[in-house]
Amino acid sequence: MIQVASITFRYGKQQPIFKDFSWQTETGQTWAVIGASGCGKSTLLYLLAGLLQPATGQILINRTAVACPRPQTGLILQDYGLLPWATLRHNITLGLDLRRFYGPDGKHSPVEMMPEDINFKVNRWLDQLGIADVADKYPGQVSGGQRQRAAIARTLVLEPDLLLLDEPFASLDAPTRENLQNLVLHLHTERLLTSVLVTHTIEEAVYIGERILILKQQTNFKPRIIDNPYAGIMPPVQSDGYQTLTGMIREELRESAQ
Amino acid sequence: MKRFHLLWAFLGLLLLWQIFSMLVRRDILPPPLLVIRVFFTEITGELGGHFLASLWRVLASLTLSIAMAAPAGLILGQSRRLDAYFSPVIYLLYPIPKVVLVPIVMLFLGINEISKIVMIFLILFFQILVLVRDQAAIIRPELLYSVRSLGAGRRGLFKYVYFPACLPAILTAVRQSIGTAVAVLYIVELIATTKGLGYYIYLYGTTLYDYTNMYAGVIAMSLLGLGLYFAAEWLHRKLCPWQFQKP
Repeated sequence: MIQVASITFRYGKQQPIFKDFSWQTETGQTWAVIGASGCGKSTLLYLLAGLLQPATGQILINRTAVACPRPQTGLILQDYGLLPWATLRHNITLGLDLRRFYGPDGKHSPVEMMPEDINFKVNRWLDQLGIADVADKYPGQVSGGQRQRAAIARTLVLEPDLLLLDEPFASLDAPTRENLQNLVLHLHTERLLTSVLVTHTIEEAVYIGERILILKQQTNFKPRIIDNPYAGIMPPVQSDGYQTLTGMIREELRESAQ
Repeated sequence: MKRFHLLWAFLGLLLLWQIFSMLVRRDILPPPLLVIRVFFTEITGELGGHFLASLWRVLASLTLSIAMAAPAGLILGQSRRLDAYFSPVIYLLYPIPKVVLVPIVMLFLGINEISKIVMIFLILFFQILVLVRDQAAIIRPELLYSVRSLGAGRRGLFKYVYFPACLPAILTAVRQSIGTAVAVLYIVELIATTKGLGYYIYLYGTTLYDYTNMYAGVIAMSLLGLGLYFAAEWLHRKLCPWQFQKP
């Protein structure tokens, strides 16, 4: 699905975040990317989304190089990225409106774009995510959890094959966060979405990611990957296996921050 | 602000005017009711024609300034490189009181309709340009990232992000500068013209010494400014409802 092939990336004249860095994922996998602040977690996501370009090397998704944002990739951000001047309903239709605006050009919208009943699709997601009753409110009028649900609906209504999530639950309270984490896992099993979740919480990484990619604060040359047998299950926090895994990740993060 | 409060303020001002008029007891301050009566008689006749001439000049300047300043502000707000070139020029020109340019504009463009419209345009243009540029520059990169990830290119960003984000700034700029624009309108209508409220007020005040009609002209000019201010505010509420929603 994703192939990151020997990429180098740096901001301006700063030390490179990635140098000759390669990494790949399979279709339908859920990945969690974890690391200290400034290690390049969000940068990696923006590179995968086609919003940033590596200086050297390339990123391929389904064997096609990513030169700009691809219509089949969905991106969900921590601050929701909702338009403050549009109601939740209009925010959710935004991607479909853009597709109609550009037409099936293959760049901004898929070539095989079908004429679709926008209202039907949007209403279905509004119902499924439990925000139908606040659909005509503006983002500033609803809770953080409802905003994030709207951001998720806006992405899913476009039927992406790859979901990129940049600390999407970081600013939510614990019950809302758990609720949305379960929603992401449910969508993953239901739709076989490939997803990459950036997080700074070890527990979240272990709960969501079948595989965990740890990034270092210095330049990343090689990916450090941990297989996670606890993805999608809520093990007793006292269980030895769970403790060993989280302890290992914690140790890796400590080392990578030094 | 509630309409009820506005009504009370209006009645209070009329009362003050009436008291001053009774204290002064001279032709130069006729009582408000007499002025209002003359205003309603004149507005359907001579005064109405002058009102329309002034209204046309302000609306033409407004349309021209929005059409030119809003896109320019959007482009400068989006492009740091272009803004770096133009920012010092705007920085120097923005604070200059544009009214001092009246003679220069008249020398270059002549004493005609165009020079009057250009003068008001200059005032509105800089105000809209600066506010729109600043608004476009502070749009959060995360918002742009998220809309770009939905498939928006430059045109899509302009339509769905930059324009709606800057619309309140355009309407705020219009509201803020409407008072100055009408003041300059008065000045440019004093010079070699026979149409417009400025001319009407000056004619009745300094040539015909008919102060009641002069005050009727002042009311018409005030209503022009107030009407445009309220129209801009109404448009703001109509076009940018999200800014007036309670959480």
